[in-house]
Amino acid sequence: MIEQRVVEPLQLFNAKKEPQFITGSEAVREAIRRANVEMAISYPITPQSESMHLVGDLFAEGYIKEYFRGENEFAVMSSIAGASMAGVRVFTATGGPGTLRAFEVFSTWAGARLPIVCAFMTRGINSPLTIQPDTIEMAFMLDTGILMLHAETAQDLHDMLLSSFMIAEQTEVHIPVGVFVDGFFVTHTRDKVNIAPADMKLPPYDPYSSPVPVMDMENVPFRQMRDPFVMKSNYVSYSAHASWQQEVMAAAERARKYINQYLGELIETENPDADILLIGSGTAVSQSREAMAIARSEGFNVGLVKIKSVRPFPAQEIKELVKHAKAVIVPEFNRVGWLAREIKSVAEETTKIVAGPRVYGGMTMPPEMILDEIRRTSV
Amino acid sequence: MLSKEYHVVRGPEGYLPPAAASMGVVLPDKGSALVEGCVVQTDAAMELIADKILSAKNPVFFPGPLVLWAWKDGIAEKAKAIKEMAEAAEAKLIPMPDYRPKYPMINPAIEINPNHPNLTIWHNKIDVCVFIGVHCHYANVALKMIRGGTECYTIALCAEAGHEDAMISLRDVRLEDLQKMTQIIKRRKGEGK
Repeated sequence: MIEQRVVEPLQLFNAKKEPQFITGSEAVREAIRRANVEMAISYPITPQSESMHLVGDLFAEGYIKEYFRGENEFAVMSSIAGASMAGVRVFTATGGPGTLRAFEVFSTWAGARLPIVCAFMTRGINSPLTIQPDTIEMAFMLDTGILMLHAETAQDLHDMLLSSFMIAEQTEVHIPVGVFVDGFFVTHTRDKVNIAPADMKLPPYDPYSSPVPVMDMENVPFRQMRDPFVMKSNYVSYSAHASWQQEVMAAAERARKYINQYLGELIETENPDADILLIGSGTAVSQSREAMAIARSEGFNVGLVKIKSVRPFPAQEIKELVKHAKAVIVPEFNRVGWLAREIKSVAEETTKIVAGPRVYGGMTMPPEMILDEIRRTSV
Repeated sequence: MLSKEYHVVRGPEGYLPPAAASMGVVLPDKGSALVEGCVVQTDAAMELIADKILSAKNPVFFPGPLVLWAWKDGIAEKAKAIKEMAEAAEAKLIPMPDYRPKYPMINPAIEINPNHPNLTIWHNKIDVCVFIGVHCHYANVALKMIRGGTECYTIALCAEAGHEDAMISLRDVRLEDLQKMTQIIKRRKGEGK
């Protein structure tokens, strides 16, 4: 283990970096090596298994204080919640059916105001069983209350993970962050990732600035437990629960400032004033970028919008961009088109939005599919 | 969509008022404060707080667990400063000792609970209240309910990032800020405010 020193977050993020040719899973390891994580809990599921295996290696090397394998994903997410309530910085990862197996706990994390960081290596969840790339699980996660970032590349994955701890742990935010990445396409391919020196790490988590009492048995406020309102049938309980949920949603709104601070804007744009906009997230952005380059070489006026933060959703930004475009194409790696639905929910003119092309079940998305839509909408 | 028109003002606002943060109200940066949803200089907000407290018929401070127990160095001094401020303002102190919902109900004459804060406000006819030492989540839960169902004017003296759901909110409040606030109250009182 390399001896590490705590540095300010921006000092780490802006440090002189060296390129490494690594997989997405290895990018997770390098982010967690520098994240000052105290506890990690794992349960294997393809395509996530390798990342938490590598985090286990970090434990063996001494970078993480505690690490174990849970009984299943529900147990892992519940144990992670307990550790976070006790005031330690935690990390875990899952994907696909694992996400749904643990599903109840994600809303619990958000409702309990736990600053957990979890990586989701997405894959198909439908029957017949598949282990292949698919982002459909993100549709289920949209309303759990957690923040959702979507990485396009291994670099994004690395940077978003490190930033997520700083975003999640702000007192006024203090809700979980899920960093989503398209399984296999990113996790199992190698790419150049620029990484800060390994002798630097993030400042430790301060649980005593939490918006809810940390469950530290050595401290007096620990007795203020979080009793649920369940079983209490009266207006007071309903009203308190409603206000509580509003506060969780408010916390997500407050995260915008810190996403901007640590990751730039919630979106990135190329040629945003173009007639035709391709709007995507994750690796659909990479395919769209290829399609845009070909289309522009053929004379089409095409632009690209990369959505980095799905929760909070860049509603105002997307509304403005859609307003000025003649057509909007939303390529997605899932069958339901959840991102197109999100965009339509904030756009004034929904008829100009093409909810596709979409592929799923592990299929790749050739740029030609997107090009076909560009040509069709240009007629 | 966010509304730029939303102001956090004295209620009752209605059955279920929104979180101010969801209506576009943004917390102030360090050195600033919030007054009714707008960012102002901290000094100006402190003057306004003094005016609101001194012009109230029944101002009450609600100290929470973070200042009710000496759980770390410096808290006892802070608690003493809060008591001095309340005395200077001739305001009552009603503690929020516990966050658990109380059933069948609390004794509203002597305590307040974040899950049903209006009971205490109605019972004591409180027209201005000051939250201090309440964990931020519970303060916001209560502040929205107070805005929804009462006419009480809410002030939050927060040691962290502040509260959009209070009508006036300071942030990063330290011992020196409390002492300064007390001096402002004394001065304004002497001016007949």
